[in-house]
Amino acid sequence: MFSGLPLLSLVIWLPIIGGLTLLAISRANDDNVVRWTALLLSGLTFFLSLLLYTGFDTTTYQMQFVEKAAWIPTLSINYHLGLDGISMPLLLLTTFTTVLVVISSWGSIQTKVAQYMAAFLIMEGAMNGVFASLDGILFYVFWEAMLIPMFLIIGIWGGPRRVYAAFKFFLYTFLGSVLLLVAMIYLFFQADSFAILDFHTVKIGMTAQILIFIAFLIAFAVKIPMWPVHTWLPDAHVEAPTGGSVILAAIMLKMGAYGFVRFMLPITPDASAALDGLIITLSLIAIVYIALVALVQDDMKKLIAYSSVAHMGFVTLGFFTVFSIFASTGGVKGAALGIEGGLVQMISHGFISGAMFLCVGVMYDRMKSRSISAYGGVVNTMPVFSAFMVLFALANTGLPGTSGFVGEFMVILSAFQANFWYAFFAGLTLILGAAYTLWMVKRVVFGKIANDEVAQLKDLNPRETLVLGVLAVVVLLLGVWPEPLVEVMHTSVNHLLEQVVASKL
Amino acid sequence: MKSIYLTIALAPLIGAIVAGLFGKKIGRVGAHTVTTLGVAISFLLSLVVYKHIVIDGGAAFNGAVYTWLISDGIRFEIGFLIDKLTTLMIMVVTFVSLMVHIYTIGYMKDDPGYQRFFSYIALFTFSMLMLVMSNNFLQLFFGWEAVGLVSYLLIGFWYQKESAIYANLKAFLVNRVGDFGFLLGIAAILMYFNSLDYVEVFAAAQSMSAVNIQIFPGVEWSLMTVIGILLFIGAMGKSAQVPLHVWLPDSMEGPTPISALIHAATMVTAGIFMVARMSPLYELSETALSFILVIGAITALFMGLLGLVQNDIKRVIAYSTLSQLGYMTVALGASAYAGAIFHLTTHAFYKALLFLAAGSVILAMHHKQDIREMGGLKKYMPITYWTSMIGTLALIGFPGFSGFFSKDAIIEAVKLSQLPGSGFAYIAVLLGVFVTALYSFRLLFMVFHGKERMDEHTRAHLKEPSAVVTWPLILLAAPALVIGAMTVGPMLFEGYFGSAIVVDPGHDTLARLGETYTGVMGFMLHGLLSAPFWLAIAGILTAWYAYIVRPDLPGKAKDRFQTIFTILDRKYGFDNFYDFFFAGGSRKIGRLFWKAGDESTIDGFMVDGTAKGIAWISAKVRHMQTGFLYHYAFAMIIGLLVLITVFVIF
Repeated sequence: MFSGLPLLSLVIWLPIIGGLTLLAISRANDDNVVRWTALLLSGLTFFLSLLLYTGFDTTTYQMQFVEKAAWIPTLSINYHLGLDGISMPLLLLTTFTTVLVVISSWGSIQTKVAQYMAAFLIMEGAMNGVFASLDGILFYVFWEAMLIPMFLIIGIWGGPRRVYAAFKFFLYTFLGSVLLLVAMIYLFFQADSFAILDFHTVKIGMTAQILIFIAFLIAFAVKIPMWPVHTWLPDAHVEAPTGGSVILAAIMLKMGAYGFVRFMLPITPDASAALDGLIITLSLIAIVYIALVALVQDDMKKLIAYSSVAHMGFVTLGFFTVFSIFASTGGVKGAALGIEGGLVQMISHGFISGAMFLCVGVMYDRMKSRSISAYGGVVNTMPVFSAFMVLFALANTGLPGTSGFVGEFMVILSAFQANFWYAFFAGLTLILGAAYTLWMVKRVVFGKIANDEVAQLKDLNPRETLVLGVLAVVVLLLGVWPEPLVEVMHTSVNHLLEQVVASKL
Repeated sequence: MKSIYLTIALAPLIGAIVAGLFGKKIGRVGAHTVTTLGVAISFLLSLVVYKHIVIDGGAAFNGAVYTWLISDGIRFEIGFLIDKLTTLMIMVVTFVSLMVHIYTIGYMKDDPGYQRFFSYIALFTFSMLMLVMSNNFLQLFFGWEAVGLVSYLLIGFWYQKESAIYANLKAFLVNRVGDFGFLLGIAAILMYFNSLDYVEVFAAAQSMSAVNIQIFPGVEWSLMTVIGILLFIGAMGKSAQVPLHVWLPDSMEGPTPISALIHAATMVTAGIFMVARMSPLYELSETALSFILVIGAITALFMGLLGLVQNDIKRVIAYSTLSQLGYMTVALGASAYAGAIFHLTTHAFYKALLFLAAGSVILAMHHKQDIREMGGLKKYMPITYWTSMIGTLALIGFPGFSGFFSKDAIIEAVKLSQLPGSGFAYIAVLLGVFVTALYSFRLLFMVFHGKERMDEHTRAHLKEPSAVVTWPLILLAAPALVIGAMTVGPMLFEGYFGSAIVVDPGHDTLARLGETYTGVMGFMLHGLLSAPFWLAIAGILTAWYAYIVRPDLPGKAKDRFQTIFTILDRKYGFDNFYDFFFAGGSRKIGRLFWKAGDESTIDGFMVDGTAKGIAWISAKVRHMQTGFLYHYAFAMIIGLLVLITVFVIF
């Protein structure tokens, strides 16, 4: 009954138009009507995206749910949408997370509610657009469009240094975007088309590939973020309101990694092969260096932000193990583990880091502090919350049985096949990740009640329990049985691997 | 049968979930009923499995439960391998766990976290069962980490105690160091065998035995040695071998029942079990076996020595656990896998017994654990005393008691081993016997004999705890007494394990030992005439003289040998070194990276520097736009001159 609907357009435009409508009529309504409307819109979008999962054909790497219409015919720019096994899970993650963010902001946002909800809905539509775009210019438009609501969310509902953080965020990511546009214009002249799939097939010389690769790298590395262009993230997280942090960590960081698999690997395979050592080195630095930095943070949000950088290191590492494997064995056996592992890590990190930021948000709502040293013995007054916090912390350390394990495990298995030392340094996360996460838990959750404020904490309300409970179920379910997530990726990843090892010179 | 295996694993899990999520609703009685029932079901079904596999000689089961993940053409599955080795392990695990569940009803009855505790120990039983029943490395790793997790939760059970939440973090991190090596070992197996299924890996092992790999360029190592040592690093974490042993003594911060369950009878045996399970791989690398032998020997002797200077009743037993784990590891190194599992079994019973008896003492002493404040408890607590006596005699390997058979077999096997390091190992395990007897009887004498050193209030309330505490002691004392004599023949010399354990004929120390085996009585008679027995007797006599006859002697010895005492008291400095070097060092490096790397270099120099640089340039450039026409004209003329010059010259 839903097969005739333009599902992709719906999941993009329903929240955007809904958000704009909320803005327009905001004055006429009270906040609760706004909240319920936002919940309804995001819930409906999530429902529609579920149809994308149930209707997905796992046997083909071809784009599905394709919609195509001429947009600027003179430049052959099209309104061209479609999904494959790589983008579909990410789109689902976006719609799912937005629902949770709407619910979790229910009580904690009291000023300019309509504008806040509208910003999130518009951002949701734009992010869905990024994952669904098959036209370079359309992609670029959504890519830039999603920055604006996030910029406003940090700048308006953020903490004391919100303006500094918002500008740092904007400038950092904007710098990369410009290079992205330049690269795409060059590709347009080569391929005579803005279709991303045409970019994939066009032949490009080595020098040009290297330059395009570097342009892409700067654009996407900032978003992921990779070391050393990661310093905007802790600032942005610290100043952003909880909902903003959740979207930032759960989805925005995934945009850069998505760019790696959608643009960099298939468009510049030879440059990627030549420069894979660079990416792997940066990834390993992210995993080890950043973990050590996370260890000494006192601000919980900063700690989780740094932990995000370290976890995203696994994603980029997994994507780039293929070249060493291909060079030493002449085949790609073992490489699919890396790429699929990276993709799983993206999804899993979305849930876990989102949940961690929500946990910090729960405490911040009550005590207005994110500092570890302001807490201690929270379990005494908030036992249910503490159970969730410990669960997500353990998932963050990659404990088997939680989703955090699956991606790291797959990437380490693949990295070992590329080079023993890749796996060695990546594996250090087992120790370092546990150290910074559980040391924080020890100081915040366990121990005697540290002060009067902690003594007066109230445990979770039903709404908070619902949000964290849903995330807990998802994290455990994906850990115990990741196959339903991974099976949708196989065909697309195998196709990607074929593209990656075929020279485009 | 598959549904029976599934039930064995899942019954404790269901108990744990019910007690954990609905603990408040079902109350204390509900929580201990549902978890104890779950474990009891597992235990009874394990007897059914025993009948099927061992008595009726049924075929071993190897099958998948479900497919966890397919990637890169590899099926990662969750499944069971039930052979005679597994059967033995699940019987030991579920029996000890059941005893601990019953005991906990009495031991924890005043604790506000009662339901939570039952949920944890049932969850632990599930994790351990998943570990021993696994048919592949993925699930093994799951169980491996899961027991580590529950151990973390249980050591920190009293979360208000600063020492407890320090100890649980330490335990988790040290275990993670081991797991790090273990994971790399698994990755190596996947790379070269293209499968994580035991049977497939073992089948291909022989063909991979000649493969060499390079980890450092130019240095060739045998693949089997690398895999063997990496996996064994995991075992060093779980089974607390030097230098990853530091977590185990600290784990005594948790409630006593978990010391019995986790840190004596089950979790710490995971490493021993794993190496025995992987015997087809280890047999292919003498280097790895030799490494195991030496590590085990160091642990067996030097950790035992530390037991001599401890004054906390549980810590003395904890060090004895370390030392006994060392014996098991030595056995593995000598290819006497069956001997290691045999010692694991006897140790599980008598060590659980000793811990639970210690718990009984602690209850009677109102949670005082310092043995210097005890003494003369024998007349107040006869059941605890006599069961402790049985446990202690089993521990020191007194002929006839269960530990005698397993320990003697290990010592004899090491004597026959030809591997490098076996000479050192033999001396270490031999001296270890004396040390074991000394610290064990020191403990027994200081707690149950001699002067009553406790305060008046405590003495007035001394009594044997309730039946739920004493019955598990009695039920554990029975196997601690007889299990050795009953099973020594089949387990060591009559091929109980069948194809579950593979030994290369060139290493088969137990087979050579079996050539002279004539039966239980003959084994005991031989034991009476050999060195270990007399060393044990010497240990008992020394303890008796020093702690009963001349209680002033130990103090004098301590003053006389101050240096040695300090070294032992500091536990050879491992803790200080780790605290300073790893914990402190990583924090220092982290701070350096953060301040010097992120804040100064990247933010200060690159980000803000770029912003400042642009501001600086624009400030300078602004001066050029003066608005005076002659300035612009002058600049144009200069520019023109430069351009013309350039064109003319080039």
